[in-house]
Amino acid sequence: MGGTFLFDGQPVPFEDGQTILQAARAAGRYIPHLCWHPDFPPHGSCKLCIVKVGGRHVSSCALPARDGMEVESNTPEINGERRALLQMLFVEGNHFCPSCEKSGNCQLQALAYELDMSSARFAHFFPDRPVDASHPDVLLDFNRCIFCELCVRASRDVDGKGVFALTDRGIHKHLVVNAESGRLADTDFAVTDRAADICPVGVILRKRVGFAVPIGERKYDRASISTVAMEKGE
Amino acid sequence: MHDAERVAAQAVERHRREPSQLLQVLVETQDAIGYLPAAALTRIAGLLELPRSRVEGVAGFYSFLHTEPVGRFRILFSDNIIDRMLGSRALMERLCRRLGVSPGQVSPGGEASVDITSCTGMGDQGPAILVNGVAVTRLDEARVERIAALVHAGTPLAAWPAEFFRVDDNIRRRGALLGADFVPGSALQAAMKRGRNGWLEEMRVSGLRGRGGAGFTTAVKWGACRDAPGADKVVVCNADEGEPGTFKDRVLLASQADRVIEGMTLAAWATGARQGLLYLRGEYRYLLKHLRAVLAVRRAAGLLGARILGESGFDFDIDIHLGAGAYVCGEETALLESLEGKRGTPRIRPPFPVTHGYLGRPTVVNNVETLAKTTLIALQGGAAFAATGTPQSTGTKLLSISGDCAYSGVYEYPFGVTIEHVLEDCGAHDPQVVQVGGASGVTIASHEFHRRIAFEDVPTAGAFMVFDGRRDPFEMARNFVHFFAHESCGFCTPCRVGTALLKGYMDKLASGKGAKMDLADIEWLDRLLKNASHCGLGSSAPNPVIDTLLKFRPAYERRLVSLDFKPAFDLDAALETARRMTGRDDPAAHLDRREEV
Ligand SMILES: Cc1cc2nc3c(=O)[nH]c(=O)nc-3n(C[C@H](O)[C@H](O)[C@H](O)COP(=O)(O)O)c2cc1C
Ligand code: SF4
Ligand code: FES
Repeated sequence: MGGTFLFDGQPVPFEDGQTILQAARAAGRYIPHLCWHPDFPPHGSCKLCIVKVGGRHVSSCALPARDGMEVESNTPEINGERRALLQMLFVEGNHFCPSCEKSGNCQLQALAYELDMSSARFAHFFPDRPVDASHPDVLLDFNRCIFCELCVRASRDVDGKGVFALTDRGIHKHLVVNAESGRLADTDFAVTDRAADICPVGVILRKRVGFAVPIGERKYDRASISTVAMEKGE
Repeated sequence: MHDAERVAAQAVERHRREPSQLLQVLVETQDAIGYLPAAALTRIAGLLELPRSRVEGVAGFYSFLHTEPVGRFRILFSDNIIDRMLGSRALMERLCRRLGVSPGQVSPGGEASVDITSCTGMGDQGPAILVNGVAVTRLDEARVERIAALVHAGTPLAAWPAEFFRVDDNIRRRGALLGADFVPGSALQAAMKRGRNGWLEEMRVSGLRGRGGAGFTTAVKWGACRDAPGADKVVVCNADEGEPGTFKDRVLLASQADRVIEGMTLAAWATGARQGLLYLRGEYRYLLKHLRAVLAVRRAAGLLGARILGESGFDFDIDIHLGAGAYVCGEETALLESLEGKRGTPRIRPPFPVTHGYLGRPTVVNNVETLAKTTLIALQGGAAFAATGTPQSTGTKLLSISGDCAYSGVYEYPFGVTIEHVLEDCGAHDPQVVQVGGASGVTIASHEFHRRIAFEDVPTAGAFMVFDGRRDPFEMARNFVHFFAHESCGFCTPCRVGTALLKGYMDKLASGKGAKMDLADIEWLDRLLKNASHCGLGSSAPNPVIDTLLKFRPAYERRLVSLDFKPAFDLDAALETARRMTGRDDPAAHLDRREEV
């Protein structure tokens, strides 16, 4: 059946079952997102994809499109709220872009540029999150985790392993791996896993390939995240 | 095999190696060992064929599960603002002194640990604590001294004075529900006489709306579940009652359990469900034995099980699941996750539980009071039920009243009663503020006491906390903000980070370091929480702050230093390490004492 809805005043067609975000993307309209990934079902946790429908905020990655909907997305109000959500993600972890191997390939950093985030605004939490360097091929730097659960989902649903999971709750929530020792080396994780290259930020890093592409010449150094998403489908 | 692993294995076997029983397995394993050692988690994961990481994730989610050793006596003080007004903090300090332990720690010999916990639902007889999960009420200095002695002597809980564990119903005002006698099975007989459709029609006429908070029309929910594809439907009773200041479901479960369970059976009759689940909050586990006994009596009487009251094709039975300290599990989709043995993270909706609920099956989730009320509709008919209350809020409402009033307890009123009227009945002498609906509810100032309890005006899940002129609305709001930060499931960014940030701002103000700009940040956070949160916890978390800022702004402004900006970072405190290292403590080594130099 499908139909059409208005996206920032422009008509956008959709097919049955498509979410607002999917339909908008197919029509070349970018909605910021972090926990959503084209290969996985919606998760709905980061809330970067919020839009307003009929005056109410909804997660566009999760809400099925409906005929005649009026969706507001690229407005000062919504972008201001998205910026604040980014600021929240920055202050709750330890993000030092200049020294991070993922700089230029990091979606969090790229979105911060996209949405003109010029300061952290809120007080930093400076959490204590030790890194796990036990695995021969992969380093885990939990300081940068944004809890999108893409690694959890990829390992469970694609790799069939369940290497990653979240424990605790609230601001104390954190990632754990599938071993009594708590060390990645003691799991069946492999560098060839889907989970190994799914992290949108710099938590799961391959060893010995760092800085192969110099900072300044990386994906989001060359084009904004919205351009990359729309032109390359990433 | 190690003892812990053997205990864990037995718990898994008792639950027939069902992965959906993971939370129950963890609760029972901890009951036997005191905490959940790493080896026990590994063993449980192996037997349930779950990744160990998932088991660890669940064990880490619930406040009452411990993956580190705790004291042989685990004592948790209910930390709702009402318990605090009754002196809980001083009593906790006293107990800590007596036991030689600081809050959050285990005593050196491992005999006790003392900490705080969210409201335990005893606001009418606090200050209250939980000892190894069991409720102890009416704490005072004498009782604290006796508890310290019992702990020192290592007296097992079973040998503690029964009086400590007495929980009174404190029913102060009886209406249609609490005032009438009830013969088990009578409502069921009446509904069955009407047929399944006729019964649902009667429910429709009654206009009954859910008493758990959202106020959804019950008949619509039941009809949607009945019509949803899938033969194996489920009825869930939400007995999580985690909203601070609410305890009316506790009283219904204690003294009207037959009505509650008959209500579940009535829902099964309407929807065709064969399975029922009652999710009991961990704080109320003292009610478990009683509830199981009621289920057994009803089974024996043909009111549960196969062929209920001889009707072929009417088969329905109920299991009780125990929560483990997580307010968010009262949210119906988080509750379903928890029932499935997972972390209590709210689901994406749609789909809604009526089509995709427990294990993906069509599921009705109803509050304890909602279900109890359906027995009245079966017995008197929908029209008689709708004759009390207001047009959009039919019937009566149970209020849990606590705080600064002479008679705390449960009151049943027809919807539409004014707050004034309630305050008079409960003997509130100098009421200044009433928090209706719990931490997530509405803050009512004295000029609004003419307002009415009803979905049309002041809606409520049942809490009614009274504050008199001695109290500080800011401290009330701060207490609730701490509650939400502690209870946020952490799934979505705005609530996980926003509640923690809000807590930081409220604490900064409380410590006298607030600035005007902080109020702007607080209002900005309030808006983000409201707009962007994934579930009702996050979107209602700022309510007490929004309301008190609007209605009691001076309580905030009083705490501001006059600057526009004051950093949360305390420069002087940061010098403490340097002072210790150099052995200095003279005024020149302190930023804030420089003028003395
Ligand atoms: C954070 C949160 C906590 C909740 N806690 C409870 C609860 O303890 N008991 C309850 O009945 N409903 C609670 N609810 C409401 C439930 O989600 C749901 O609406 C209710 O159980 C439906 O039953 P009813 O229609 O009979 O009210 C809560 C909702 C939220 C968002
Ligand atoms: S609003 Fe809070 S409790 Fe609800 S999903 Fe988000 S983090 Fe969890
Ligand atoms: S992209 Fe929709 S919530 Fe994260």
